[in-house]
Amino acid sequence: MLWYIGRRLLQVIPVFLGATLLLYAMVFALPGDPVAALGGERGLSAAVQEQIRSQYNLDKPFIVQYLLYLKGVVTLDFGMTFSHRPVIDIIAEAVPITFRLALMALVIEAIFGIGFGLVAGLRKGGVFDGTVLVLSLLVIAVPTFVLGFVMQFVVGVQLGWLPITAGRDPNFVSLLMPAMVLAATSLAYVLRLTRTSVAENISADYVRTARAKGLPRAQVTTRHVLRNSLIPVVTFLGADLGALMGGAIVTEGIFNIPGVGGTLFRAITTGENTLVVSLTTLLVLVYIVANLLVDLLYAALDPRIRYA
Amino acid sequence: MKLRRYAGVTAMTVAGALALAACSGGSTGGDDGASGAGTAFVTVSGTEPQNPLVPTNTNEVGGGLVVTQIFSGLVYYGADGSHHNEIAESIESDDDQTWTITIADGWKFSDGSPVTANSFVDAWNYGILRQNAQTQSYFYSYIEGTDDDGLADGPASGLNVVDDHTFTVTLKSPDAEFPLRLGYSAYYPLPEAFFEDPDTLGEQPVSNGPYVVEEWNHNRQISLRPNPEYPADGPRAAQNDGVDYVIYDNEDTAYLDLQAGNLDIIQNVPASAMGTFEDDLGDRAVSIPAAIIQTMTVPEYLPEFQGDAGIKRRQAISHAIDREQITETIFNGSRIPAHDFTSPVVPGYSEKIPGSEVLDYDATRAKQLWDEAEAESPVGADYTLQIASNADSDHQTWVDAVCNNIRQVLEIGCEFYPYPTFAEFLNARTGQAVPGVFRAGWQADYPSMSNFLGPIYRTGAGSNHGFWSNPEFDQLLTEGGAAATPEESQEIYQRAQEILFAQLPGIPLWYNSTTAGYGEAVENVQFGWDSAPILYEVTKQG
Repeated sequence: MLWYIGRRLLQVIPVFLGATLLLYAMVFALPGDPVAALGGERGLSAAVQEQIRSQYNLDKPFIVQYLLYLKGVVTLDFGMTFSHRPVIDIIAEAVPITFRLALMALVIEAIFGIGFGLVAGLRKGGVFDGTVLVLSLLVIAVPTFVLGFVMQFVVGVQLGWLPITAGRDPNFVSLLMPAMVLAATSLAYVLRLTRTSVAENISADYVRTARAKGLPRAQVTTRHVLRNSLIPVVTFLGADLGALMGGAIVTEGIFNIPGVGGTLFRAITTGENTLVVSLTTLLVLVYIVANLLVDLLYAALDPRIRYA
Repeated sequence: MKLRRYAGVTAMTVAGALALAACSGGSTGGDDGASGAGTAFVTVSGTEPQNPLVPTNTNEVGGGLVVTQIFSGLVYYGADGSHHNEIAESIESDDDQTWTITIADGWKFSDGSPVTANSFVDAWNYGILRQNAQTQSYFYSYIEGTDDDGLADGPASGLNVVDDHTFTVTLKSPDAEFPLRLGYSAYYPLPEAFFEDPDTLGEQPVSNGPYVVEEWNHNRQISLRPNPEYPADGPRAAQNDGVDYVIYDNEDTAYLDLQAGNLDIIQNVPASAMGTFEDDLGDRAVSIPAAIIQTMTVPEYLPEFQGDAGIKRRQAISHAIDREQITETIFNGSRIPAHDFTSPVVPGYSEKIPGSEVLDYDATRAKQLWDEAEAESPVGADYTLQIASNADSDHQTWVDAVCNNIRQVLEIGCEFYPYPTFAEFLNARTGQAVPGVFRAGWQADYPSMSNFLGPIYRTGAGSNHGFWSNPEFDQLLTEGGAAATPEESQEIYQRAQEILFAQLPGIPLWYNSTTAGYGEAVENVQFGWDSAPILYEVTKQG
């Protein structure tokens, strides 16, 4: 098992090199001159631009820039932004906030998605099942920003129950509404996955055997039906963590959360290439780790799966 | 047994999420000005400063508003664009070229060190020094000893300290408006401590203005508190307990927070609320002209706009644009039709400069002028005018409206020529690669007509992206700068504008207005000529 984890973690190195090289090549190929744009409408004088370019190695050829970046990364120096701040500081500010938000969303969608999905699956074709299916379809169909604005206006402005924005103080309470909005779409998917899976397993042979043995109903449901139904759901949740980290840009924008999505978007528009590469690489790593966790969870859920 | 293992994983995840969520709570707790109860910090919306808070390197509005709160210069601007001495006791010159500046006694930085002549001269020389690559260097290009970009490889010869309270500035050419420039942030002083550690003091400035930065929580909030060293009887002494400058990425969100009472002042009304904000906010809605003009620059390198026929084409396009209608329907009144090349907020503004009739909508005259130009040197009936702009903010709407006008009135083609980002757009402009006319916006740095004319239309100026050149115009700008009184120079600048109206190197479209609003918890909210709220005057009930 440990050997397996170690081998999987070693794979991170080639993935990291490949990802940074590809990303670096892509941001390098982006049109436009970020240094010239620093001056706004007035523009910067050629001399100042030249000075800034040499300061950030932007006057060197692509491969030299990339190797200098790698050299920095090895010594944990991810470079500076044009605003003279270490890239690592910016990442260290944005990532924890988004991670907190993504984790809250993940917990919400896991608890409610699996819970409702289980009930719906057990009573397939019932009123609860029908209602939940229609509602989840609705949630999938409504764009995030519509849901966000409606919740902000109703829950935030009119009822005044929760803060509208989380920018000044992203704590548990202020992140609750954004986490719910962020979780909504995935929640609907988790619910539907669980429901289908549970409905399928409930008529499986081993469930009939368990019942025939005289096991209590609750134990059959949790231990036999649910546990076996969770494999596809866990796969989805694992991939979703990565998506929630990098893809929360719309939600972060609406709720003014200074997280990864907004930082990445600004970095792309202002041509902060080292920040783009570092942040995106980090997201790649999150995906890798989340996938590893999912694989390990498989073994916990299904004893037949062993890693060596 | 096996079930328990699984349950353990879930429980850990939940606990982890809660613990993570909880750890943020403590760090900023207790400073919750948003609720409005008990504290009297004024909250204002803004954007994250793009650079460290150093006056010589702050050239955008996000950082600009903060820098003007925490630093004080020789002069400051009133809401109406008038200028008054702040740290200066006197700014005098016999020939408008060599200026002697005397500093008043008793001014201190927030670390207790005195503001001396060296504080100014060293700060400006820091901005001038080439290797520092400061974005504001352009503003020192008037000073003797710098090159055209305002840079030098050592201290500028035009800056000389006489004693602790006196220094002299020698300009390259006479400029009667020099004292007027000095309220701009590039001319603020810097403390001695700054030069020892610029990086730290850019994050946590030592400053001499009405406020100091208590904490800069990046992308979230900048807490400004009254500067204990700022004199209580100073002209800009803070009338409130402090200002929380809250960073918003999204103007719609800020507007919602204002409506819910979580935010006191918004600096911009979002486009989605432009039609309703005056009803929503009542007498707490702000709509005043700004020192910003939008023009369409006609580049000189386009053959169809050269010579006599070219001027007729420029006039035809200008006459074909129905500015009244576009500002009303597209912008909901948040733009004001242009009547000159400057802005209504600058002293000396006039709607009646001879030649300004070319900005009036006149379909018949427009068509007639275009036909005359066609008779002289035809471009053909299938000619298509390109109007270029960056497409990363909302420009397509008004370009489409202008194009509709041009298509209908002049019976030629017209289309939007988008550049994906501002950086690419700027590259094309400076590289003479734009295949048509293009959008150019200009915001004044100090309230003077010359600040609208010189940087854009003077031969070889930094933002003269149309590459227009006219010796007579350049001469008038120089004369205007050397005139004995402001009134006299304003009159000369108006004459310079007559040349612009005759040749139309750019076609003025409209002025921006400052559209903003404030909540019920604050009083005395006023927006200045530069569209920025005058924060030190704002009062808030605790």
